[in-house]
Amino acid sequence: MSGTAHATKFLDRVDVASLPGDQEARQSALATFFSTGWPDRKHEAWHYTDLNARMRSFADEALVTRTLRPEFPSVDIPRLVFVDGVWDKNLSSDSLNFLRTRGIPEQKAGSSPIVALNAAITLDGADLKISAGQNAGTILLVSVGSADGLAIAPRHRITLEKGSNLTVIEVIRGAGRYLHVPVTEIDVRDGGTLRHFRLQEESQDSVHVATILATIGESAAYETFTLGVGASLARSEFHVTLGGSGADVQINAAQLLTGTQHGDVTTIVAHDAPGCTSRQTVKSVIDGSARGVFQGRIEVARIAQKTDGYQMNQALLLSDSAEIDSKPELEIFADDVKCSHGAAIGALDPEQIFYLRSRGVSEQEARAILIRAFLHEALEPITDDVARPLFEAAIQSWRWGASG
Amino acid sequence: MLEIKGLRASVGAKEILTGIDLTVPDGEIHAVMGPNGAGKSTLSYILSGRDGYEVTGGAVSFDGADLLVMAPEARAAAGIFLAFQYPIELPGVGNANFIRTAVNAVRRARGETEMDTVTFLKEARNAVKALAMPDDMLKRNVNVGFSGGEKKRNEILQMTLLKPKLALLDETDSGLDIDALRIVAGGVNAARGPKFSALVITHYQRLLDYITPDRVHVLAAGRIVRSGGPELAVELEQHGYGGLEAA
Repeated sequence: MSGTAHATKFLDRVDVASLPGDQEARQSALATFFSTGWPDRKHEAWHYTDLNARMRSFADEALVTRTLRPEFPSVDIPRLVFVDGVWDKNLSSDSLNFLRTRGIPEQKAGSSPIVALNAAITLDGADLKISAGQNAGTILLVSVGSADGLAIAPRHRITLEKGSNLTVIEVIRGAGRYLHVPVTEIDVRDGGTLRHFRLQEESQDSVHVATILATIGESAAYETFTLGVGASLARSEFHVTLGGSGADVQINAAQLLTGTQHGDVTTIVAHDAPGCTSRQTVKSVIDGSARGVFQGRIEVARIAQKTDGYQMNQALLLSDSAEIDSKPELEIFADDVKCSHGAAIGALDPEQIFYLRSRGVSEQEARAILIRAFLHEALEPITDDVARPLFEAAIQSWRWGASG
Repeated sequence: MLEIKGLRASVGAKEILTGIDLTVPDGEIHAVMGPNGAGKSTLSYILSGRDGYEVTGGAVSFDGADLLVMAPEARAAAGIFLAFQYPIELPGVGNANFIRTAVNAVRRARGETEMDTVTFLKEARNAVKALAMPDDMLKRNVNVGFSGGEKKRNEILQMTLLKPKLALLDETDSGLDIDALRIVAGGVNAARGPKFSALVITHYQRLLDYITPDRVHVLAAGRIVRSGGPELAVELEQHGYGGLEAA
């Protein structure tokens, strides 16, 4: 079946005409989505991630909702909770003042069929605005998926006015066979700093395709880290535009994949102003017959002199059938730039394993110690007191050695 | 007690050990000396259970058990410790955590209770001081950025804390200056006692100036060609290995 045919069947149950907001915009976004349907290997941006193949099993999924009692990290910070893409008042903190997007996306759908799908069917989302100069502390943004056969499409918007600060910790969990396609629009204006930590622990039966659309102003910074352990197929796609001089972005990610999981980190960083820096490090631990993907694209405009761009892809392959695909792309139109990329892919070092075993450590524990050591470096830059322990706990409880 | 009988071993098609007979009773320190390529490191790796060597004949028992069928971690639990000639770096693994994990793995395997962090750190800090190691040695990643001498001292630190029954010191003296040599030898001498034995594998006599062996064995072309008391090491230093092999 073609990507469009699957999509029609799966989305038949969504009555777009009954959704609130600008109907014309929704219908136009829906048409954009249906012009491709679920992207497959024929789409260049999806060459290594065949979403259409994974969605095949979703086509006939009956819609089943379940009542979940979501567990939250027990941290004492204000939280916003979205269940199946809709704000849940009872589960969220009272103290927080924020608006809701209520299904009205601001950004154009662009060329991504998934962003278009989100625009067509989104119901809700957080709209966080931090006023100039404000230090807004930390917010926990929780997403819970709880229904089989559902397409969950929150649209969040985070705007930091000049010189303001915010830390957002996103925790993404769920149970069931659902599709989660969150889109987050980020606007960090001059001198602002947004730290955005994402812990993706989706249901192992779900499909997760997140898109982050960010614009970073002069001397502003966007620092993001994603740890992905869940979902049958997961893709985190970052589109970051460095639009003011001296803007800085750090996109770091780690993914732990096993069984037949597929994990994709895709970044497009556009240096559109001079003197900006971008740093990306993606680390994958891949076991079983799982597959990891890192596509990193750095675009340097003619005006963007003194650009400093760096990306690194490191993967640890724990089995013979594990796979990583790495696609760095540099597109440079300025002449005074420093851009580099690297990849390091390998297995665990038998010498290191023997060293540990010769000290009395079992082979299994030796492997776990070395994998954690590999990931430790990814967590090192995270100094946030709340985010760091959440990530450490998720790594600690990963299914170590689920397949040899 | 370690008993090696007629041990033969190959790497690929090449026979490295051609029939070793060697017994190290409890409480004794034996030196194995020999020229490069004699099979010294092969012997230490086979005793500690490293992959890549094929035992083609003979037997090795440790306290009566067949050592050659045991996994490396089981040998460590039984009390064997190999001080590596080239200690391995473990980026991202803290030294204190590494050693404590090892100590507790061995204690668990022996049916002993695990050591708590406070007790361990106290012991570890004392051992670090005794080995004249920098204070941050426990905080750094295992052997990462260590000088050659620091790596060797770190091996002796692990030995001190793991309290093995039999230590295999593989060229522990190589790359050490005279002060470091004294400190490392001090670590081994401190472990001496009726329940501790060691096989000191070395090319040179100079480590034996500080660790007096009970017996000295000469390994050449994969077998022990001569054994004697500590005076044999002095003789070797004066006349070299050439004369002995000819004899």
